[in-house]
Amino acid sequence: MTEIGLGHYLTLGAVIFSIGVIGIFLNRKNIIVILMSIELILLAVNINLVSFSIYLGDLTGQVFTLFILTVAAAEAAIGLAIIVVYYRNAGTIRVEEIDKLKG
Amino acid sequence: MEISILALPLIASIISGFFGKFIGDRNSEIVTSLLVSISAILSAIVFYEVIFNQYEENIIIATWINSGSLEVNWSMKIDALSSVMLVVVTFVSALVHIYSIGYMSHDPHKPRFMAYLSLFTFAMLMLVTADNFIQLFFGWEGVGLCSYFLIGFWFKKETANAAAIKAFVVNRVGDFGFALGIFLIFYLFGTVNYTEVFNQIPTVVDEKLNFLGIQINAVDLICILLFIGAMGKSAQIFLHTWLPDAMEGPTPVSALIHAATMVTAGVFLVVRCSPIYEYSELALNIVTVVGMSTAFFAASVALVQTDIKKIIAYSTCSQLGYMFFAAGVGAYNVAMFHLFTHAFFKALLFLGSGSVIHAFKDEQNINNMGGVWRKLPYTYALMIIGTLALTGFPLLSGFYSKDAIIEFAYLSGTTTGYYAAGIGIFTAFLTSIYSWRLMFKTFHGQYNNKKLNIEETHESPLVMLIPLIILSLGAIFAGFIFKDLFIGYEGTNNFWNKSIFFLEPLSTDHPPLWFLVLTPTLVTLSIPLAYYLFVKNKNFSAQLVNINEPLYKFLLNKWYFDEIYETLFVKSSKKFGLFLWKFFDVKVIDGFGPDGISGIIKKFSVKANKFQSGYIYQYAFIMLLGFSAFLTFLIVK
Repeated sequence: MTEIGLGHYLTLGAVIFSIGVIGIFLNRKNIIVILMSIELILLAVNINLVSFSIYLGDLTGQVFTLFILTVAAAEAAIGLAIIVVYYRNAGTIRVEEIDKLKG
Repeated sequence: MEISILALPLIASIISGFFGKFIGDRNSEIVTSLLVSISAILSAIVFYEVIFNQYEENIIIATWINSGSLEVNWSMKIDALSSVMLVVVTFVSALVHIYSIGYMSHDPHKPRFMAYLSLFTFAMLMLVTADNFIQLFFGWEGVGLCSYFLIGFWFKKETANAAAIKAFVVNRVGDFGFALGIFLIFYLFGTVNYTEVFNQIPTVVDEKLNFLGIQINAVDLICILLFIGAMGKSAQIFLHTWLPDAMEGPTPVSALIHAATMVTAGVFLVVRCSPIYEYSELALNIVTVVGMSTAFFAASVALVQTDIKKIIAYSTCSQLGYMFFAAGVGAYNVAMFHLFTHAFFKALLFLGSGSVIHAFKDEQNINNMGGVWRKLPYTYALMIIGTLALTGFPLLSGFYSKDAIIEFAYLSGTTTGYYAAGIGIFTAFLTSIYSWRLMFKTFHGQYNNKKLNIEETHESPLVMLIPLIILSLGAIFAGFIFKDLFIGYEGTNNFWNKSIFFLEPLSTDHPPLWFLVLTPTLVTLSIPLAYYLFVKNKNFSAQLVNINEPLYKFLLNKWYFDEIYETLFVKSSKKFGLFLWKFFDVKVIDGFGPDGISGIIKKFSVKANKFQSGYIYQYAFIMLLGFSAFLTFLIVK
């Protein structure tokens, strides 16, 4: 049984981060999945922060994590609100139909 | 006074051309005719002064170009040579102006026509009174331009437009040579003024030049280049094709421009440049050969043509040939003499034929005429005078000038001179035949016009007949009165003074008697012959045609010059033009240029367009890629 060290945590963070990123790009269906992917990315950052905080013996990182979780919750709420408003206006939230930036 | 000779036609042209609308048809006719007539009278006074008081002057009107060593003035050089031309040009022009009042009476564009005629007169006067080659060239192009306007005067007629363009383009060939000649003169002498150039000629006689890789004597080259210009304007063989077509213009135009004045500009040029030509035996021989070839060629073609104006046009061409070979054998004064008399009788013939055409209501084919001599007595009589004068019937003006040409050709004693004399005599015979053929077919025999009843043909109005009568007086008496003055048989007068230069004085011998009698006899005998062939026994001439079918076709098609030029120049340049257009312009220039670049941009932008998909996740992906690349770059560095 090997010791679970910093490297493992960072790897876990990187994997979750990548899943989040890939989730954004490969997702063609639902905008909520994108929102979830963004959450995943944030969580990956949190994992990094916590790992370094423990590794360095400095609590600042964990305090930051708590802040980020709070902000993430707020952000999720705003994001969902935007989606709801968008749905009312455009009648859809299917990703492939949202291409108004094309002009 | 002298300047007003030049200015009056210009003023007339401006008044009629720009204000014709306001002053009305009748007034523009009167103004132009009056001003040109005044100009004619003034020219006569100048001519008188030159004859009796040896009046000679070079009036400088204004400076035109003064750039470095090139100094060109607007000037009016009056000497024997230009005074002769002044009289010829202004007189014929004034008569043609008056004649046009009658001839163009049914035309809706009278002021324009009169304006062109006056403008032409002005340009021609600029040409003959120049004291330098540049002003000569100005006049030269001016008359060419007016000729273009007037040939294409009936601009609704497609053939007239084509003829106008043809005249202009063929003249371009000649003018190219002429312009090169002037450049060469400036290159060699650093000046374009006649007197300065002529004074320097003896110093460059042995100078050689490299022209198109050939070593050639500079003087020879100048003369040949100038002569190419003269050939174009005077419709000599190879560059003659425009003259018969130019008959598409109104008949007064043919009389003024294409018989009496403009086409003689080439002869004038050669005579004016006699101080240069005298030093170039080669060029003189070329002039002689071209002149006699043209004389013979045009006369042979005139034998079988059926258009009354084309016959006279070829006749003009042929007579110009006479003038050239006279100049070629060194008898410049005789060339000028023939020019002088020719202006009268050829203008008479043209205006007379115009009167005939008018009488037949625009019929020009002599096969559709005949038998009207009682109906058109004045026209008939005047045409007879013109024809007699042209053929050189004894004691009429053509007799003195044409026979003098043949005599001097004979007396020159060179081989080309003898050839020229022989061809001259034979051509005189041909001239007589075709002229009488025209007369007999037009006025005698039976009436052949099916469209018009003979009762409807009518004599021309007085305004057309009076110019004809005046010209006929010239045609009868000009030769007799002026022969001593121009040719100077007695050797005592020096009318020409320095305006014509002879390296060696002309021979004053007399040719043998049989030679002197030969031409008039042939000419006189050909009258009954022509009468027999074209009135009495038409079957005989028809048989003659049948027997010599190929020859007849050859002549009828004008030696196939037009066809040869068509295949040689017109078609090939058309092909070349098509190649440049279809391949070079469209495929190469457009292909790589505008079309190519726009095509590339279009393709590229279609590709670039795809980047703007509007999907946020793609934009985010690109941002991520960019960010990663940036980071990588920072880390690696």
